[in-house]
Amino acid sequence: MPLDPGLAGRTFAPTPPYTVSREKIAEFNTATGAEPIGDGSTAPLTFPIVVAFGAMTQLMTDPEVGVELHNIVHGDQRFEQKRPIRAGDELVGSITIDTLRNAAGMDMIGTRTEISTVAGEHVATAYATLVHRGGPA
Amino acid sequence: MNLTAGDSLEPRSYPVRRSDLIRYAGASGDFNPIHWSDRVATSVQLPGVIAHGMYTLALVARAVTDWADGDVAAVESFGARFTRPVVVPDDDEGALVEVAGTVKSVDDGRATIEVTVTSGGQKVLGQCRAVVRC
Repeated sequence: MPLDPGLAGRTFAPTPPYTVSREKIAEFNTATGAEPIGDGSTAPLTFPIVVAFGAMTQLMTDPEVGVELHNIVHGDQRFEQKRPIRAGDELVGSITIDTLRNAAGMDMIGTRTEISTVAGEHVATAYATLVHRGGPA
Repeated sequence: MNLTAGDSLEPRSYPVRRSDLIRYAGASGDFNPIHWSDRVATSVQLPGVIAHGMYTLALVARAVTDWADGDVAAVESFGARFTRPVVVPDDDEGALVEVAGTVKSVDDGRATIEVTVTSGGQKVLGQCRAVVRC
């Protein structure tokens, strides 16, 4: 079934605070084959996905949204960075459904996750399109 | 850094193995089984296990960081569309992802880099761009 068009504009509750550690940054660097940046306390450019993915999961598992996880594909991803994430940052992500359209049986869910410190400093914005194959109506 | 419109940036190539995808699942929190189970991947009509789109984008991030002389703070934005999956075979070599960049324009101290990302000779990302202060 196509998603309810009324979901467009909805903002979800912020994710629980996530404390960035040097160890997590090192784990992320190792996984992606990247060299540490500086002394290793600065996160690589796609690290905000750790928080954004938590926010996307919140959206995808919300029963009011009603998507089926195995029918979701990541269509695109873009980041705007105010400053690099550093070890010690306590981050929350707040996701909004900016746009929602249905075409050829697919829901295109345009999302924006604002990533900030718990003190309110805006660090990055992650934009993602989640493509949902609606299945038979 | 010194980026001038028309510059071709030094291309990079990165291997992606199954073990990298397992590590990345843990590092990113994305445990979708299409990135580690052939059984699940083929059940949704994929040829086999595919890399996370975000894994490929993390490789782009490595290249962009190198092109920015390691100055991640200079990168204002970047992203791409995930247009074709990178199939990662279950062997020791895995798949090879190749990343090339061209400086499209420099305007007001900001360089727009157009990035071409291929695997097996085919483009895997669309509209891949980075904006870097220079």
